[in-house]
Amino acid sequence: MKVLFRGARVIDPATGRDETTDVLVEDETVAGLGPDTDAKGADVVDADGLVLAPGFVDLHSHLREPGREDAETIETGSRAAAIGGYTALCAMPNTDPVADNAAVIMEVRNLADKAGLVDVSPAGAITKGLEGETIAELGEMAELGVRLFTDDHNCVRSALVMRTALEYAKAFDVVLSQHAQEETLSEGWQMHEGYYSSLLGLKGTPGEAESIIVARDLQLAALTGGRIHFTHVSAAASTRLIGAARDDGRVSADVTPHHLTFVDEDLQSYDTNLRFNPPPRGADDRDALRMALADGTIDAVATDHAPHAVEDKEVEYDQARPGTTGLETALGATATALGDSIDLLGLVRALSTNPARILGLADHGGPIEPGRPANLVLFDPAGTWTVGERPFASKSRNSAFLGRTLTGRVVHTLLRGRFTVRDGEGTW
Amino acid sequence: MKNHLLSISQLSVEDVTRILDTADSFREVGTRVIKKVPALRGRTVVNLFFENSTRTRISFELAAKRLSADVINFTTSGSSVSKGESLKDTALTLEAMGADAIVIRHGSSGAPYTLTKWVNASVLNAGDGTHEHPTQALLDLYTIREHFPNFEGLRVAIVGDIMHSRVARSGTQALAKMGAQVTLVAPPTLIPPEAQAWGAEVSYELDPVLPKLDVCYMLRVQKERQRTQLFPSVREYSRRWGLTRQRVEQLPEHALVMHPGPMNRGVEIDSDVADLPRALITDQVTNGIAVRMALLYLILGGNADAEPDGGDA
Repeated sequence: MKVLFRGARVIDPATGRDETTDVLVEDETVAGLGPDTDAKGADVVDADGLVLAPGFVDLHSHLREPGREDAETIETGSRAAAIGGYTALCAMPNTDPVADNAAVIMEVRNLADKAGLVDVSPAGAITKGLEGETIAELGEMAELGVRLFTDDHNCVRSALVMRTALEYAKAFDVVLSQHAQEETLSEGWQMHEGYYSSLLGLKGTPGEAESIIVARDLQLAALTGGRIHFTHVSAAASTRLIGAARDDGRVSADVTPHHLTFVDEDLQSYDTNLRFNPPPRGADDRDALRMALADGTIDAVATDHAPHAVEDKEVEYDQARPGTTGLETALGATATALGDSIDLLGLVRALSTNPARILGLADHGGPIEPGRPANLVLFDPAGTWTVGERPFASKSRNSAFLGRTLTGRVVHTLLRGRFTVRDGEGTW
Repeated sequence: MKNHLLSISQLSVEDVTRILDTADSFREVGTRVIKKVPALRGRTVVNLFFENSTRTRISFELAAKRLSADVINFTTSGSSVSKGESLKDTALTLEAMGADAIVIRHGSSGAPYTLTKWVNASVLNAGDGTHEHPTQALLDLYTIREHFPNFEGLRVAIVGDIMHSRVARSGTQALAKMGAQVTLVAPPTLIPPEAQAWGAEVSYELDPVLPKLDVCYMLRVQKERQRTQLFPSVREYSRRWGLTRQRVEQLPEHALVMHPGPMNRGVEIDSDVADLPRALITDQVTNGIAVRMALLYLILGGNADAEPDGGDA
């Protein structure tokens, strides 16, 4: 099977390429670039005005299977990912049972292969049962290809456990991803602490609950030589700490599209879709996050795709489960939030190249060159759409972006040369 | 008036004045032998109380009954979740039964807002979590107005657990809206972040504030706060921030003492002080009925009769 994308703007951060040209995909791989490509017999796709980039890679998705198949399954989550332009994602371990052992990892991987829409790299738990006490069998899971370990949504509270895990993990060249949140400063939190928490009568948690753990773990990473990743960074203070430690090479971080968009003020409606963890913070924090993503202090955009059943969201604000879906809106939400402050190379680097590097996924994130696996996305950077206008591919619809108009629309997604999404529609 | 009363912030100065004026005319009903007017005959008011609050519920119940409305009390302790039925299902049930107004008391801040998404009935916030208690603020304004006809420049201190108090949150905003100068007095741990933004001053000490006051408004101090270390002991709290017999002498002669109840006598207010003639605690209770009558009347009656718009409420 041959497909020629004619006149696409190729954005490939791995090589720094930004040029408008033709790209030929043959079977599972990129066969050629440029106007001289032998496209005889190829299915020609007009890509005028579209960006062709390495498929997106998500560092943080909750696919809910096993355990909460009513909210999402690996299959429906994979569909949502494909619609969003993703070709790979890292599935969080807070399932039921928890992915803290080889059996659950295998199960997730098998179900993902069966769905066959996106490469799922399951994350393993750092500690057994995500309880923060006993380190899980990281070696056994690493042998199965687990590249990232995390106790999300629990922060590893004990400095000793974190230190030991960072040290032990060095044997397997894997990364530990921390949901930085000091528990005594965030106990019973309902929103970001500040003017609006005072006004709304919701219990606040300050950004310092996050940055204190960031400071601690940066020091533990330096002490141990282990690799640390901070997921869904939300506070300006965290970006400053991470920025100062950048040269280390063992430190990375991601931010979500919703933290790049929303602020505490938006909670005046008590909208449960805006209840996510960590909470939307102040405008200063959001602006610092945008700047940190644009200047590379924060490596990646991660969705923290957190589907929830309707009955877990249609409740009183403080009783709603925290989280928003995100896979289908990530490109548009990020591009809309950042606007002109990030160029296309920077955008694709954050959505694809950097997360692929952090996860060690050699087949994803580019470079786009002959012989490379054709894991690609084509998107219209000027295409606008309104979230919720058409049904979500995800089983859940708890999107913080419902009703918002976003600029940046995925048109085609290819996994190993096969369309998973074509003209915005899933091929399943 | 709008359909709902959720927060003081939705009311304009004109709205507040209109509510207090309307309450004036209902205050008299409570002094008659037959304490009833037919204003809301045939209308159904549901008291939906997820927290125990006998005094607020009874006040609303009496208010509705004096307006001849049919009143249903739906009381459940604990959260709706622990009872098994969600707030949404409860709301849909009440809606199906034809409730015209739902008075809700709930432990979750914002629950009345959420309720409005599911019902067509008017929603009155009778206290939500640590957010607001707008009817308390309005009855307090009414009580103050009986003694000081003009709020402009009036000096009011609100003393106690400001952080967790829906009474303080509504009261400060209501008083500031009407032109009063509010000082919040509490240990720093019980002052919410950026409280100045409510339009109030903040003082960590009570003594220097007292001589300048027109109204000293004491809040109940929850002893549970001691557990979370927000103050070291009840004893230390009473000594520094309690309205003692000695402290009350520092108030100007004309100054009033108020408390939303229920009081912890001997903690935030000395027993003797609570029983002084200048302490208006029982007046607050009496006026609460009249103010709630006014609100039910304006919200339920005002809709049907297309009353002139009371501002941007």
